[in-house]
Amino acid sequence: MTAACPACGGAAQIAEAAARRPAPQGIVLHLPDISCAACIASVEGTLHAQPGLQEARVNLSRKQVVAKGTNLEADRLIAALAAAGHRAQELGEGATARQDGGLRDLLLRTGIAGFAMMNVMLLSVAVWSGAADATARLFHLISAAIALPAVAYAARPFFASALGALRHGRLNMDVPISLAIALAAGASLVGALTGSAGHSWFDAALALTFFLLIGRTLDHAGRSAARSAAAELAALNVPQAVLLTEDGRRVVRSDSLVAGDVIALRPGDRLPADGIVTEGRSDIDRSALTGESAPVPVAPGDSLMAGEVALSGALTLRVLRAGKDTALNRLSDLVATAEMQRSRFTGLADRAARAYAPLVHLLGLVAFAGWWAGTSEAWRALDVAISVLVITCPCALGLAIPAVSVVATGRLFRRGLLVKSRTALERTAAIDLVVFDKTGTLTTGEARLTSAPPREALALAAALAAGSSHPYSRAIARAAEEAGIAPAPVQDAQERAGLGIEARHEGRVIRLGRPSWIGASGDGVALDDGSGTPTLFTFEEALRPDAAAAVAALHRQGLEVALLSGDTALPCRRVAESLGIETLQAAMTPEEKADWIRARSATGRRVLMVGDGLNDTGALSLAHASVALGSGLDAAQKAADVVLLSGQLTRIPELLSISRRSLGRMRQNIALSLGYNVIAVPVALAGLATPLLAALAMSLSSLTVSLNAARRLR
Amino acid sequence: MNVLAVLIPVSVGLGLVGLAGFVWTMRAAQYDDAEGDRHRVLDERWDEAPRPPGQSDTSPR
Repeated sequence: MTAACPACGGAAQIAEAAARRPAPQGIVLHLPDISCAACIASVEGTLHAQPGLQEARVNLSRKQVVAKGTNLEADRLIAALAAAGHRAQELGEGATARQDGGLRDLLLRTGIAGFAMMNVMLLSVAVWSGAADATARLFHLISAAIALPAVAYAARPFFASALGALRHGRLNMDVPISLAIALAAGASLVGALTGSAGHSWFDAALALTFFLLIGRTLDHAGRSAARSAAAELAALNVPQAVLLTEDGRRVVRSDSLVAGDVIALRPGDRLPADGIVTEGRSDIDRSALTGESAPVPVAPGDSLMAGEVALSGALTLRVLRAGKDTALNRLSDLVATAEMQRSRFTGLADRAARAYAPLVHLLGLVAFAGWWAGTSEAWRALDVAISVLVITCPCALGLAIPAVSVVATGRLFRRGLLVKSRTALERTAAIDLVVFDKTGTLTTGEARLTSAPPREALALAAALAAGSSHPYSRAIARAAEEAGIAPAPVQDAQERAGLGIEARHEGRVIRLGRPSWIGASGDGVALDDGSGTPTLFTFEEALRPDAAAAVAALHRQGLEVALLSGDTALPCRRVAESLGIETLQAAMTPEEKADWIRARSATGRRVLMVGDGLNDTGALSLAHASVALGSGLDAAQKAADVVLLSGQLTRIPELLSISRRSLGRMRQNIALSLGYNVIAVPVALAGLATPLLAALAMSLSSLTVSLNAARRLR
Repeated sequence: MNVLAVLIPVSVGLGLVGLAGFVWTMRAAQYDDAEGDRHRVLDERWDEAPRPPGQSDTSPR
């Protein structure tokens, strides 16, 4: 029932209790790529070949392997797995400590409630079918002996959460639930002990507990799968830095850096702190922070920000600001304030529960007062009040929403969409404006060659570009490969950091690099083949292959699509025109993006933000709902509701239509369970409800909503 | 009615056996990796004989 109560924390408390248990022995490795039986066999086989290993077991659901043994080192295991072709990453304490103890605990409670319910139901059937006097009394006493300990144990999450809510002066769904369970069990116990002829409600108390626990277990299972996947994504990106000290190099966690430290940066490294270049030259990819697609050259004296990537040369940096003071972290303040606003969004379940809980209490009270005044029999009045509470108690309502969201998130997960937030489905269902970031989201972040240079020039350029990881070099190499041109033979290739590459070909010195270095003008890179006339290569960003299809599908759904980018106007306009996007804003800072979205939200638009970089995090967390790309930064993934693991943009229109349909299904389910109550409540108020009827109504309505949830989403 | 003295303990006892079975499956981590178990059942490495516990010989066949 976690889904239906704003103040309760039953499942959360259980999860916390599990976290305090010591983590299992052994090394836990995360294996992001495994997917089949052959992978399991290969990973376990590889690990078993390591000396000292006693046991290795792969968990495919969590994509983890736990290795136990003596003298094991994570680095050695990771190297062995890499040799066998598996990427692996050690999971830190934080990720492994929260193993899924919460789910087991809920399962055990559900099992015990189910066992007790069935036994008590057997005894009750005898009473319903006419056992009387001493036999009925004996059966009631045996029922009490089974039911009381079972209720006390299994229903504890509800009691704890109801007490917590009452202590804060609030009502949540667990208050009427706990009241119904406790009253039903308590009154039946008194009846069994005194031998009164009144109804026995033990089976109702247990059935209530059982069905509600199923709902809560489903809810917990669905969300813990998403949570652990998100935690592992984050664990893959633990930032480290190479610190240069007098005693040599040392690898440290980047949050332990302080201003004044000197750090080394290899090509391809992401900057762990803000700093000033003291040695070296390189091109810098600023796209994560600004959305700019073209690399920027830096030289000693230039300042750099955390989150930027050194592309071509090695750099030495003096740290100016580290940890919480970096530009990167100031962006996260933006995220924190936005998240506070979002947590105020109340889901369908919460709204239903908020309206429902006072009504249930009122009905119970009215029933008790009315029957007492009418018949002046306190026991009879209590009996009717219990039957009203038990029947109105929202077993079906507790299943209505978790069951649908488990089915929908499971389906989305198989399509490479990780739904992180509990209310994300409901929010994405309401979207009417989809906003894309450009660099890294609509485009792959890779460059594509647009000019058509002569074959000889391309062969030379490909030879020079072969050893470099600069995006333009990769684009040239790819273009040559596609045209079937083999790189020309070159000798003594040398990278001139921040400028380009130099080599010798047939005795001449040839150079490929920045146009100003070669002596040409324009954007892109130029090639000097020793003849004196440079050849210019120009580039554009490569669009994701399915970007056009995704935008078209969104248009077909009647949604407006917009492009917000930090990049300059020209490349943005090119992308927007080729995809048919009507609204375009270029050269935006992260704050401007956030403001743009805030302004649209203020006019009542429901915005879906799709982005990947740090410059999007503010916008991602301010939007009504947000999708981050799995290839993006973990900061963006943390801020988003949904992570697109596969990088296929066509999944986004699918996400929208699936969430719209599942919201419809949730509403159907709520209507169904209320429908049962509309029939059953007058019967209970009239004093005609028997425990048999209550048990039937509860089981039937729970079954109906579960089946309705499992029905295929058309 | 004396038969109740036998039948009731028997029915409760059977229920308890079921519950004990459920607790055992949970302790044995059978609900922890539904995805992996689905694939493992197709693994033919240990078809002929069960894997000896503590043995590290797992050469795939």
